[in-house]
Amino acid sequence: MYQFTYHRVDSARKASNLAEKNEDAKFLAGGMTLLPTMKQRLASPSALIDLNSASEKLAGIEVKGRNIHIGAMTRHYDVANSKDVQEAIPALADLAGMIGDPAVRHRGTIGGSVANNDPAADYPSALLALNATIHTNKRKITADEFFTGLFETALEPGELITKIVFPVPSKAAYMKFPNPASRYAMVGVFVAKKGKDVRVTVTGAGSSGVFRAGKFEAALTAKFHVKSLEGISATAEGLNSDIHADAAYRAHLIGVMARRAVNKANGK
Amino acid sequence: MSATGVGASVRRKEDLRFITGRGQYTDDINRHGQAYAYFLRSPHAHAEINRLDTAKAAKMPGVLAIYTGDDIAADKIGGLICGWMIHSKDGSPMKAGAHPALAQGKVRYVGDHVAVIIAETLAEARDASEMIKVDYKVLPAVVDMNDAVKQGAPVIHDVSGNNTVYNWHLGDKAATDAAFAKAKHITKLDLVNNRLVPNPMEPRAAVGDYEPGTESFTLYTTSQNPHVARLVLSAFIGIAAENKLRVIAPDVGGGFGSKIFIYAEETVCVWAAKKVGRPVKWTSDRSEAFLSDAHGRDHLTHAELALDEKGKTIGLRVHTKANLGAYLSTFSSSVPTYLYAPLLSGQYDIPAIYAEVDGVYTNTAPVDAYRGAGRPEATFVVERLIEIAARETHTDPAQFRLKNFIRSFPHQTPVIMAYDVGNYQASLEKALEMSDYRNIGKRKAASAREGKLRGIGISAYIEACGIAPSAAVGSLGAGVGLWESAEVRVNPIGTVEVLTGSHSHGQGHETTFAQLVSDRLGIPIDNVSIVHGDTDKVQMGMGTYGSRSGAVGMSAIFKALDKVIAKGKKVAAYCLEASAEDIDFKDGKFSVKGTDKDIDFGSVALQAYIAHKFNGQDLEPGLKEGAFWDPTNFTFPAGVHICEVEIDPETGVTRIDRWTAVDDFGRVINPMIVEGQVHGGIGQGVGQALCEGAYYDKSGQLITASFNDYCMPRADDLPSYNVGMTQTPCPSNPLGIKGCGEAGAIAAPPAVINAITDAVGHENVAMPATPLAVWRAAQNAVARKAAE
Repeated sequence: MYQFTYHRVDSARKASNLAEKNEDAKFLAGGMTLLPTMKQRLASPSALIDLNSASEKLAGIEVKGRNIHIGAMTRHYDVANSKDVQEAIPALADLAGMIGDPAVRHRGTIGGSVANNDPAADYPSALLALNATIHTNKRKITADEFFTGLFETALEPGELITKIVFPVPSKAAYMKFPNPASRYAMVGVFVAKKGKDVRVTVTGAGSSGVFRAGKFEAALTAKFHVKSLEGISATAEGLNSDIHADAAYRAHLIGVMARRAVNKANGK
Repeated sequence: MSATGVGASVRRKEDLRFITGRGQYTDDINRHGQAYAYFLRSPHAHAEINRLDTAKAAKMPGVLAIYTGDDIAADKIGGLICGWMIHSKDGSPMKAGAHPALAQGKVRYVGDHVAVIIAETLAEARDASEMIKVDYKVLPAVVDMNDAVKQGAPVIHDVSGNNTVYNWHLGDKAATDAAFAKAKHITKLDLVNNRLVPNPMEPRAAVGDYEPGTESFTLYTTSQNPHVARLVLSAFIGIAAENKLRVIAPDVGGGFGSKIFIYAEETVCVWAAKKVGRPVKWTSDRSEAFLSDAHGRDHLTHAELALDEKGKTIGLRVHTKANLGAYLSTFSSSVPTYLYAPLLSGQYDIPAIYAEVDGVYTNTAPVDAYRGAGRPEATFVVERLIEIAARETHTDPAQFRLKNFIRSFPHQTPVIMAYDVGNYQASLEKALEMSDYRNIGKRKAASAREGKLRGIGISAYIEACGIAPSAAVGSLGAGVGLWESAEVRVNPIGTVEVLTGSHSHGQGHETTFAQLVSDRLGIPIDNVSIVHGDTDKVQMGMGTYGSRSGAVGMSAIFKALDKVIAKGKKVAAYCLEASAEDIDFKDGKFSVKGTDKDIDFGSVALQAYIAHKFNGQDLEPGLKEGAFWDPTNFTFPAGVHICEVEIDPETGVTRIDRWTAVDDFGRVINPMIVEGQVHGGIGQGVGQALCEGAYYDKSGQLITASFNDYCMPRADDLPSYNVGMTQTPCPSNPLGIKGCGEAGAIAAPPAVINAITDAVGHENVAMPATPLAVWRAAQNAVARKAAE
């Protein structure tokens, strides 16, 4: 780890002010990615702006009408174990419970995960499939516009996620095929149905991060049943290849995970 | 059997300190004025160092010194050694390239040691390392063994133009060829034994210290054999005379072989401590461990098994290429030769065997012994061949094994080993019963109804442990003897310290060794302490590896206890006014035969020290005895493991549904600890079979350089084990012990692969059988079935 200046703030406004003054500053939420990267000297921010003292304002789960609001500093463990989330969007609670290990889930936050947009992270698939809205200290961004590429988002310098608003779907499920070594998603498929709108999103597989699987969505929009997916397969083009899975295998797994997710969403 | 004696599952005495965080590992040791070492490592797999400029780095804050290969050479510090001479079949000695502790002009793998920076803090040392300018002339690298031996391949060491360390062989080629000539069936197999990274929980570490007042060095280090470390550092590397060099291996958190060896880092720390006049500490981080711990396995093998018309094994020939990495590590030369080929007979009567092994240099980390060391590789060859031969000849694999097992003992194999005792069919029959082998068909059908593939795989392994008779290994090229030593010190009130040359780094010696002493002397186990791991306290010893601490280390203790009891009888005779020949010793009491006169062990100890009851000229005061035990043969633990898997053909995920292990370890001191060793060994073997694999890219970069890509088995990858025992006591040591530390890691890989290949219906599944590999195999099986 290289030297850096450490700032502790108790509000999003103070965090944002500091960030604007320090070009190379990084927000510190759970630190589950940032701190190991710094320890390995692969990241060297000039300053860390620690948001953990702002948790009171930035964390928490609220049901408001047909939406669930989750504060950016809410830990994965709290999402996984929230009665409200379990009742309204059980798929989201399931997903949070599959992230990392217990230590990571008690420390890592939804805002941190979403802002990092790791191509193998779980949350981006949920935000995109559930058509969530990302609230920042400056504006609201839809998930469709938010995830712009590998580790890239629509966030501007100094812009801080404050909460994420999830519309409650009528049906949803997440199926994850973990990388055997890292247990990140090698292929994770989130399916969600809200009214006539069906979304199928894929994380872990795409070479530019989370994406929507159009063919699957079209087939399921006609009928939200596993049979609709017969003969539908993902193409290997644009998928990652590594020692754990080549693109063809990932493409195959997208189909398998999608079918299993649809069955799960349908209570089968 | 007493509650703490031989045969009792005594809870581990050492666990109180381990599970309460009170262990003292090398990194817990901090010396006054300690500085920190950071090693600048090569980012290239193969390069010449044109220029190394440390001037700017030396001026960085906190920097005390920066040393390079030139400084090592100027101090006439010798290179790291390989302590086992192997001769090629043409009689020429192996081609060992120089292995300086810090690179001299050339680097040969990513992670090779270029310079050491010693600073007030680790962060300062690391900061300074980034200011060292190294002008590399990058050379083409070679990581694949087949490429390495080709004409025109990059030459890694000038001593070996074709990157070949040796072309070694064992066995009778003519007899084997003759057997194949008359064979009715030949089973052929090409296989890879995948390269592994050892990954003990505690990474390697060293603290070097120099005391100018006594001109003596102390090295605290993560070692499985501190005396051997001292011997090598003293006699070969030339740090200091043995009496001026103390090596302490305190609590060590797992070794699996990787801490047997004498590496560059501890050598540099102890050497540099004198130069900078400060204690020097280095603790490997996990990334360094991946790059620089000696890796394990890494074989390419072609093997053929010849059967006669009755399906009897009549010949075996094996050609293996063994990757030894960029340098020869301490015992690396012996692992794919004498620790491998002599086990190729397995549990089978095979009259003719011929094995050729080519040791190959590549631009990768050195490869050396890793749990099992050669024997897992041999077992994998034999048990895959036997399984396939059974399937090809349409014979039940269990019946095929029963037909070919060795049935009478002693049995001389055609590859050195003389198996002393065993009952292989008893282990197999018990394992078949415990695993409900009979009903596998029903279980396969039940899985099929769920769209799953089920398979069962047998592995009948044998290993040579308790290494080893010193004269025997000496005749095979070993540079050291492999006896073990012990000293039993009885204190005046009858408590006992045992100083053992064995070293415990997870094995539970503090408990099992104390059980033996408690049992034989009839004293409470809490009155016994085991001292190990310090060359100033413990007499010369050989350390722990090769499942030898029970069979060899405890045998030395046993012999020393014999002497203590004999001396005790003499003391007791004076006290009881009888003749020493008339004294019996039982349950902690010395008594006069045929009388009710007795005296307990503690009182005899006190009498031995106060020496009031006898004349010191007739009998020496004191009660302390030592022994060196040199075994008369290897020991031959053997057993049968049966793995049953269920595969999801859609995803390729393999779930181990059942695991049956029936092992014959001879006599068992602590069944709980033995079972734990079996569990751990299977875990490592399953890791090799299903998850683990170290991969370098073509340029020599380690792709699997962290747990992000190197897949370690986790608890949820492993089943509950069904463990059983059979027992044929070992005749070559007084305790009848064979050894248990490596068995699981040896037995498991072929059991898993035999089960997977059974499930998918064909043989082409390599280790690690990852979901990707198994999915491909399952797809092929589905396609082939459709074609039929």
